[in-house]
Amino acid sequence: MIAFYLFGAIAIAASLLVIAQRNPIYSVLLLIASFGALSGLYVLLDAPFVAVIQIIVYAGAIMVLFLFVVMLLNAPHEETEHDERVHPLLRRGPMRFGGVLAVALLLELVWALTKRGGESGAFPSAAVSSVRDIGRTLFADYAFPFEVTSILILVAMVGAVVLAQREVPR
Amino acid sequence: MPSINDYLVLSAILFAIGTAGVFVRRNLITILLSIEIMLNAVNLTFVAFGRAFGAPEGQIIVFFVMTVAAAEAAVGLAIVIGLFRHRESLDPDTFTSLKW
Amino acid sequence: MTPLLVAQIVLTLFVFVMLLNSAAVMVYVERKVAALLQQRMGPYLVGPKGLLQPLADIVKLMFKEELRPKAADWFLFALAPIISATCAFAAFSVVPFGADTTIFGWVPEGLRLQVADVNVAILVVFAIASMSVYGIVLAGWSSNSKYSLLGGLRSSAQMISYELSYGLALASVLVVANSLSLTDIVNRQAGAWWHVLPRWFVFVQPLGFFIYMTAGIAETNRAPFDFPEAEQELVAGYHTEYSSMSFAMFFLAEYVNMVTVSAVATDLFLGGWHGPFLPESLGWIWFLLKVAAILFFYVWMRWTLPRYRYDQLMRFGWKVLLPLAVVNLIVTAAGVLYFGA
Repeated sequence: MIAFYLFGAIAIAASLLVIAQRNPIYSVLLLIASFGALSGLYVLLDAPFVAVIQIIVYAGAIMVLFLFVVMLLNAPHEETEHDERVHPLLRRGPMRFGGVLAVALLLELVWALTKRGGESGAFPSAAVSSVRDIGRTLFADYAFPFEVTSILILVAMVGAVVLAQREVPR
Repeated sequence: MPSINDYLVLSAILFAIGTAGVFVRRNLITILLSIEIMLNAVNLTFVAFGRAFGAPEGQIIVFFVMTVAAAEAAVGLAIVIGLFRHRESLDPDTFTSLKW
Repeated sequence: MTPLLVAQIVLTLFVFVMLLNSAAVMVYVERKVAALLQQRMGPYLVGPKGLLQPLADIVKLMFKEELRPKAADWFLFALAPIISATCAFAAFSVVPFGADTTIFGWVPEGLRLQVADVNVAILVVFAIASMSVYGIVLAGWSSNSKYSLLGGLRSSAQMISYELSYGLALASVLVVANSLSLTDIVNRQAGAWWHVLPRWFVFVQPLGFFIYMTAGIAETNRAPFDFPEAEQELVAGYHTEYSSMSFAMFFLAEYVNMVTVSAVATDLFLGGWHGPFLPESLGWIWFLLKVAAILFFYVWMRWTLPRYRYDQLMRFGWKVLLPLAVVNLIVTAAGVLYFGA
């Protein structure tokens, strides 16, 4: 139980800091910390495969991509016509609207997700899927989506290379 | 022991944080990062429900969501790089040439 | 505080101290073997046969001045070597190095010589290896010098390119062994065919072993794939702005990474702690011998082969090694399906 609160607190704090940081590099690093905490939560949910895949794919590959782009673009801090010294989350206008919207969404989600008609909501103690079950179900029942995702990745790869190309001088 | 409600509330909080990030931030890369936060919150919900019903489908869907998120991050960042080359800025408010 | 718990805590500390010692030993071995390969003496003044040379090196590094460029981002500058060193040590935590041992009957249940017994041990090693890219990228970025940045980006691009072949070579072993746990994989390699040829996976998967070692050498940025690091002999690399203990941490991380790659290769391909003539409880001696052989091979490669240029290195990784790894996986899967092993 204490592990759940610890990981949950780290995930929430890191995500809040992600959207509050000015420097995009710190945002990326904080998001990696948040992914690490989520990976811990997956281990608590008896899903070690997903936990490790989260580290390998999200924290180890996608975030490296983000970090490379931030470094290559030498991403500037946000400069808008507002005063540079006012923190982006404290400015008026769209910021307050965004904050209110997020709080409203949160309340709605919590209400929708936690009313279960009076069931206790505790986890059943049995029925833990092992990696073998996941593999079997993935390659037997969901083989078609699996092959489609391979084409999706191919398309994304080609698209990313084409979109980021420099203009070829003619 | 945490109940499933605890996990659902946590993922709702993370989703709301991601949504706030998309609305509030004026930096294209941070907007993409907030979208990743939202996707992770959804992954957490799937795994929690998968554990609650003893179905491996929860973890399988997470596998697919991660793949799609990776593809989307790659293409999104390529677009960001292309945009940056034109305007030297990552502020979405500067890309207004399609406005009436 | 059962004896098992005490033994496990002591085992964790023991593994940590042993990894530190192994890095120091590797410093000496590298210089001595390099010298002998080049027909010169190597260190021989400090201690008998130069055996205390690493101690002198460590003392020298500790007393050096710790520099930090003024325009560097101090938090990331300090964080980068910490990430490198931590990931290097953490990756060894799931590697088993001996059979279950009751320490002369003091621990009745048998202590597994593995710090953390995880079901998905191979994937954990892979995950932590993919996290160690961040130490290099952040070191290159936070030094705020163009040579560091380029060296860091090149080095991390090389690491993530070779991670693919590394993972596919691991996957081939998984297909043969039918389990993700390193202990299970080692235990499947016990015994021998016809009482002569040990049942190691290197005889079942020779191409996989070659791919794994090549990708492992590229992952740890060692010769002949150390262009982004040896660039510093010409210009600079990602750790050019580091001095004293931060530099020492980067090199500690590199040597411990070498030891981890060798240990995982021993467990996956060379039969771990199984060997003739010794009882199971002394299997860790065989493990040490095999890891030492692979580490010698590492040092030998460094001082024998010329290094690849960066574009040759990337071309090799993507156009040669990756297709080989994919073909290896497909052939392995077909073989397992056909022979039902």
